[in-house]
Amino acid sequence: MSNPQQLRYSKEHEWLSDAEDGVATVGITEFAANALGDVVYAQLPDVGSTVTAGETCGELESTKSVSDLYAPVTGEVTEINEDVVSDPSLVNSAPFEGGWLFKVRVAEEPEDLLTADEYAAFSAG
Amino acid sequence: MSSSPLRRTALDAVHRALGATMTDFAGWDMPLRYGSERDEHLAVRTRAGLFDLSHMGEITVTGPQAAALLDHALVGDLGAVAVGRARYTMICREDGGILDDLIVYRLRETEYMVVANASNAQVVLDALTERSAGFDAEVRDDRDAYALLAVQGPESPGILKTLTDADLDSLKYYAGLPGTVGGVPALIARTGYTGEDGFELFVAPADAEKLWQALTDAGSAAGLVPCGLSCRDTLRLEAGMPLYGHELSTGLTPFDAGLGRVVKFGKEADFVGRAALAEAAARAEQNPPRVLVGLVAEGRRVPRAGYAVVAGGEVIGEVTSGAPSPTLGRPIAMAYVDAAHAAPGTAGVGVDIRGTHEPYEVVALPFYRRRK
Repeated sequence: MSNPQQLRYSKEHEWLSDAEDGVATVGITEFAANALGDVVYAQLPDVGSTVTAGETCGELESTKSVSDLYAPVTGEVTEINEDVVSDPSLVNSAPFEGGWLFKVRVAEEPEDLLTADEYAAFSAG
Repeated sequence: MSSSPLRRTALDAVHRALGATMTDFAGWDMPLRYGSERDEHLAVRTRAGLFDLSHMGEITVTGPQAAALLDHALVGDLGAVAVGRARYTMICREDGGILDDLIVYRLRETEYMVVANASNAQVVLDALTERSAGFDAEVRDDRDAYALLAVQGPESPGILKTLTDADLDSLKYYAGLPGTVGGVPALIARTGYTGEDGFELFVAPADAEKLWQALTDAGSAAGLVPCGLSCRDTLRLEAGMPLYGHELSTGLTPFDAGLGRVVKFGKEADFVGRAALAEAAARAEQNPPRVLVGLVAEGRRVPRAGYAVVAGGEVIGEVTSGAPSPTLGRPIAMAYVDAAHAAPGTAGVGVDIRGTHEPYEVVALPFYRRRK
């Protein structure tokens, strides 16, 4: 599995796109999606709410377990992926594309986000 | 869990070549899923699935008093089982608590194979050995003598027929006969844990890979796929089948679990737990304990084992197993609830899902029943 080079990654297995007009897209990595198994329910943060880097902001349910969703950055949620709400399997089939979770207006970004290569090493090990 | 290395089945290399996600199950390194567990589940419901169940614990009981020993050691009437047939039964403690649920095959007049859950195999072996004192019968640990493959799903008879001369049409549910499948000697049993028609094939470990490959080849046109333990769990949950450690435990008698029918008081033999079980039966009659029911979610959040079942702000039960149901398209659960709330359609029942009371409908088990 390959992690797109243009994204950055958290140790909680979220990815973050470069911000466009201050708004970045967040999802979970393919590694995380594979570990979860079939995602059947995604509880995403409310649009307009503020998420805080490193804190939980939702949950993903799979057949076997429920996992917290962590915010990789601090900021206001501007949009959630309604396609994932209605069809959570997108998280498994296209974690880096159609399975994105929410968009956030970045107020503050932690310094310890990983590059694709750093995340690959981290998740391998 | 234990720090000892995980045991690997005879099919371990096959699972790894298929890219399975593996999991520790009762000390065994077992395939959890190969791809999507939902797809595997639906394949078993609509076509066929192939499982490695070699972690199950086989114990052979032989000798002139094999039947008498089992009638003493287990709650069922094993002496009444015809050669070639099988029974679902239980082994209980003296106080009536369930040590394990079992399938017992009568292979010959004087030979039975007891199949225990992997997590309880040693406990069952020890109990049978201890209870065999004074009987002219031998209890043998055959866990390493067998690999166990299962083919489950509506296409499974058609697939198996291409690989064996055995008379599958006359092989009834809960029956087993020796035969040859794909050139491999096997005990062919029409049993399973999925709610579908299907077969379990007990073979020598050295033959397991050959049989797996033969079944894979024979089943490919019919849509057979390899299936892991994750979908096995959702399949048995939809079928309302109990799982030891969830619906069954030493803290419950068969009557507490709604399975009092497996206790055969009519048999002649005195059996371990008889007195306590007779009391448990009377208690269940007069003062119904919590009842095992089905719950179907109105929403999409999934109940998990241990979550509280609530009504009117009070805890009225506990979830024992829960999962998203691929067949129903909604989360489902089995739960023990107070008798007052156990009737199908009881209003106002919910599950406390991490602090939120989510509404659930009480239904009769099973959630799913195949069309014959």
